[in-house]
Amino acid sequence: MNATPTGPNATGPNATGPNATGDLLRVDNLVVEYPGKGFRAAPFRALDHVSIRIGAGETLGLVGESGSGKTTLGRALLGLAPVSEGSVRFKGEDIGHAGRAKRRALSRDLQVVFQDPYTSLNPSMTVGDILAEPLTVQGRSPADARTRVREVLDQVGLPQDASGRLPREFSGGQRQRVAIARALVLSPKLIVCDEPVSALDLTTQARVLDLFLQIQRDTGVSYLFVSHDLDVVRHISHRVAVMYRGEIVEQGPAAQVTSDPEHPYTQRLLLASPVPDPDRQQVRRANRRRLIEAQAEQDVQAGVAA
Amino acid sequence: MTEPLAAPPKPLNPARSGVFRRLVQNPLGLAALIILAVVVLAGIVGPLVSPFAPNTADLVNALGAPGTAGHLLGTDSAGRDVFSRLLVGAQSTLLAAALAAIVALVVGLPAGLMAGYFGGWFDAVASWCTNVLMSLPAIIILLAASAALGRSVWISMTVFGVLMSPGIFRLTRTSVQAVRGELYVDAARVAGLSTASIIGRHILFVVRAPLIIQTSIVCGIAIAIQAALEFLGLGDPLTPTWGVMLNEGFINIYSSPILAVWPGVAISLTVGSFVVLGNALRDALEDSPKVKRARPIKLRAPQTESISVVDLAESDHLLSVSGLGVGYPQEDGSTKIVVSDVSFHVDRGEVLGIVGESGSGKSQTAFSILGLLPAEAEITRGNITFDGIPLVSAGQGPTGGHRLSQGRLAQLRGKRIAYIPQEPMSNLDPNFTIGYQLVRPLTKVLGLSKADARARALELLTIVGITNPQRTFDAYPHEVSGGMAQRVLIAGAVSCNPDLLIADEPTTALDVTVQAEVLDLLRDLQARFHMGVVLVTHNFGVVADLCDRVVVMQNGRVVESGDVRSILRNPQERYTQTLLSAMLEGKTPMTMLTMPVPDSDVKVGLS
Amino acid sequence: MVSFIFRRLISGVVVLFVVSTLTFFLLYFSATSVARNILGDTATPEQVLLKEAELGLDQPLVSRYFDWLGSVLRGDFGVSWFSSQPVVESILGRLPTTLSIVLVTIVIAAVLATLFGVFAAVRRGWVDRTLQIVSIGASAVPQFVVAIILVTVFAIGLRWLPATGYVPLSDGFSGWSASITLPIVALAIGTVASTAQQVRSAVISVLSRDYVRTLRSRGLAPTEILFRHVLRGAAPAGLTVLSLQFIGMLGGVVVIEQIFALPGLGFLALQSTTQGDMPVLMGVVVYIVIIVVVVNLLVDLAVGWLNPKARVS
Repeated sequence: MNATPTGPNATGPNATGPNATGDLLRVDNLVVEYPGKGFRAAPFRALDHVSIRIGAGETLGLVGESGSGKTTLGRALLGLAPVSEGSVRFKGEDIGHAGRAKRRALSRDLQVVFQDPYTSLNPSMTVGDILAEPLTVQGRSPADARTRVREVLDQVGLPQDASGRLPREFSGGQRQRVAIARALVLSPKLIVCDEPVSALDLTTQARVLDLFLQIQRDTGVSYLFVSHDLDVVRHISHRVAVMYRGEIVEQGPAAQVTSDPEHPYTQRLLLASPVPDPDRQQVRRANRRRLIEAQAEQDVQAGVAA
Repeated sequence: MTEPLAAPPKPLNPARSGVFRRLVQNPLGLAALIILAVVVLAGIVGPLVSPFAPNTADLVNALGAPGTAGHLLGTDSAGRDVFSRLLVGAQSTLLAAALAAIVALVVGLPAGLMAGYFGGWFDAVASWCTNVLMSLPAIIILLAASAALGRSVWISMTVFGVLMSPGIFRLTRTSVQAVRGELYVDAARVAGLSTASIIGRHILFVVRAPLIIQTSIVCGIAIAIQAALEFLGLGDPLTPTWGVMLNEGFINIYSSPILAVWPGVAISLTVGSFVVLGNALRDALEDSPKVKRARPIKLRAPQTESISVVDLAESDHLLSVSGLGVGYPQEDGSTKIVVSDVSFHVDRGEVLGIVGESGSGKSQTAFSILGLLPAEAEITRGNITFDGIPLVSAGQGPTGGHRLSQGRLAQLRGKRIAYIPQEPMSNLDPNFTIGYQLVRPLTKVLGLSKADARARALELLTIVGITNPQRTFDAYPHEVSGGMAQRVLIAGAVSCNPDLLIADEPTTALDVTVQAEVLDLLRDLQARFHMGVVLVTHNFGVVADLCDRVVVMQNGRVVESGDVRSILRNPQERYTQTLLSAMLEGKTPMTMLTMPVPDSDVKVGLS
Repeated sequence: MVSFIFRRLISGVVVLFVVSTLTFFLLYFSATSVARNILGDTATPEQVLLKEAELGLDQPLVSRYFDWLGSVLRGDFGVSWFSSQPVVESILGRLPTTLSIVLVTIVIAAVLATLFGVFAAVRRGWVDRTLQIVSIGASAVPQFVVAIILVTVFAIGLRWLPATGYVPLSDGFSGWSASITLPIVALAIGTVASTAQQVRSAVISVLSRDYVRTLRSRGLAPTEILFRHVLRGAAPAGLTVLSLQFIGMLGGVVVIEQIFALPGLGFLALQSTTQGDMPVLMGVVVYIVIIVVVVNLLVDLAVGWLNPKARVS
């Protein structure tokens, strides 16, 4: 297992990430288009010239509302969404149009945890088989695979006897641990986490977030952490990118983007999320109302100016 | 850090060993299996053990009654032994059915797999062909085929197999499409599995069960069709088959009606067994926990019972719930309790939040107040009183248990008690315009005239902040956004000026920015109509935004309740503290939120 | 909505064209010794050649196809090889018999299946279980076996109804209805059972939708919700099953008409098959496909009318 702490712990929790030359992942001007429905319909542009970078051991949080394209970005990295324009470079190599064999090699370094722990595990396969699948695809021997499965089960805090059981015997949080274990089993460099805690209850969410942090500390893995929840993204990310209607409207250090955002949309997003205290929430509500009025006024002025 | 496992350890592969056991435990399934085993046995050994040669005529003993001259089931018009012919007929019947099923599978399965997995032009062409094949009457096509290609049971069963392939194709295609969209298939693609491995490992497995069922049904239909063709004289007259025998019996129906009985029974039993086997397999594969059978839905709203003075006395709260219990009766006679001993109250103009995680029973509690629990559920105990009117109270009902007074609730729902659901899109009927769905309760329940109701509906749409009410009024639900649909549902809920509003996670399905707008709307409406509100949610931010008082629930019980400030700032119970400590707001980023597990202490210490 | 109808119409015409073309080549490609079959073994080779020329069998298959297509577009399906009667005439003479049976059955099936299906879905309990058992039984016994049982019991045994023959509606209602009662019952039993099953599961599925609960919360009467919202939601599924049942019945009448000796389209189809009378068989196939296309179009229109989403796609 890769246990060298190459991660942010060397540079402190609020590191802004390694410089461009050390980028693990570099996405430039990525465009993803889906063919339009019906004859000669205009294609639907899910991502519009999106550029991101992720360094080794770094977490990039990607936040946005439903339909903003944040999930599509993760899927494009994994080869699950079509790259229409732009480039996706992983360890310096263009993987935007990687074929099956290259994907298989790539899966050693690039893995995924999906949102829904109920549909991301094949209900008819045992947890042991699910975890061994990525290993056998890579040509590892069954005995080898069993040993590794035991290690990752331990790493994600599941009992060893989980191997022989079916996914339906586990709770949502435990299933998400199985999904995380599957992502970890090949010791990847980068894990795309697509809303991995959105389907979980609050207390389970907290435990799973802890697990993500612990794994990063132990293995130095990087995350692209996709979420609709600004609080979650603030908690787990070094840097944060905000997506709105297929574009990245703001990108920067987590603390800055999530507490003092520049883009009007991020400002609205920040103030829209209610805080768990009636009096502070009342203040936030008033701030939000002022912000929206101010933004509307600006829009009107911009309209007059144009 | 480790959560308790959901279920105790079970033997390996519980799913697979269970199917056959459940199949055999089903009396119909077992009977079907036995009959089919007998038919298959007859098909294999029939020609060897039949007491007479099936085609040997014996005109002396023609049309013999059962039992005469050693003929167990009698003889036909040519004096041939009926029993022997039945035995021998089993073989060609089964082989023909197998041929049809195999052809249907060979044509339908690969095409369905490809169409479902790859989609595109192949899917379009294959689906079109399927539609054409399905719109052709099988017997007419078989007639044409036999006119063109000759009278052979093998040819007609091959053609019939092709005609049955659309069933297999569609089934495979829909299953594959459903599975292809599943995230575990995406995960397999990320792992680099080849398409063939994905289909083999993940997709065929899912298609397998429905295909076995469908194949069983295809066999049954094939036998019926084959018999029909032979009955029509389109089979080989020299081969003793059940259809030929039935034809023979029908010709002699006036003189010896018993002749038609034997092949008729044989055909019906075999066809029926295949159909029953298919159904029994389906039941055996559905291993969801069985709840006690659903109770009937009452079509006529029961009359309001007279309310005694004793009932009225109790409280001056708008709503009071005390000792409420809700359970789901199981097939084994036990009851699965989802809410137990829940008590709280709501006053006029007050917002009460019910907070809890999934499985805490918060939604079930809300539905009990509305009388909208699922048909399988029942209220096991407790009292619910609304404005002095008992909705649920002890000692009603025929069993002496506690029952919901549907009559009183039906009088109150949509007049004084209203409901806002969680998922906006699925809570509007897709087949009616939004306007219709708003106007109908106004005219039917509140008795407004059509014109008044229409005006009121447009006014309500304006109140909930829809900028172009007329356009929304005329729209169908699929033409509006989720946030808009939720506003429509809120408009519907407040259309009757309710005293009590039950909102079940009203903002959970919405984006955060839309959630903020809907929360503002709910606050305005609550003040405007001076409503009591029960707000079910899992989000403490929403609680802080709207609620005056809070009830915290866990596993069907109330953990803690009180004023919103004291609960959020100074929770007394450990569970409430755990919930609040799991909130991310105000936490230092990149720090652990929960107590670390013992064996990872070292690692945490290092960092 | 207009473009929706137009597209369905075009697709129906394409289906009709493809099916009739395929059937034509299938039937005529194999029709080799037709002339000899018609004239019998005593005919001389010259007579056979003459007959073949008369029937046009000496022409290449493709040119015969275009001749046939041209005449069909003018409404001429040729004449029977055996009776020399025009095909259209013999089909139109037999259509009323078949249509009376099939249409009456489908109306009865629609009404009864809706009643039983909704009743079973709403009441559950013993009503539901009875429906399940009856429908398994009905699907086990093939239609023609049911027909034989009906003939044996009601016509031969009890002598309540005629065993065979058809009385046209113009000869009086009671004779007509007596002559088609048993055939209709034979066809209807299985149809009602399996359609009711589908209606039942469609109604149960709609009843469990979220919007039904929300409608109840608005205080609407249960009957209003059931008959306006639930039935409308379940109707497309029921209509689709009915159209499939209708198509199946057009085949089923072949056997039923044989058993009850009814001179209908099915009778004609079987007769032309056994004789090898290709022009008649061809005509029957085209007529049946036309009926199927029209029925499917009507069902599509009905579903589009019931479900606003289906109109768009």
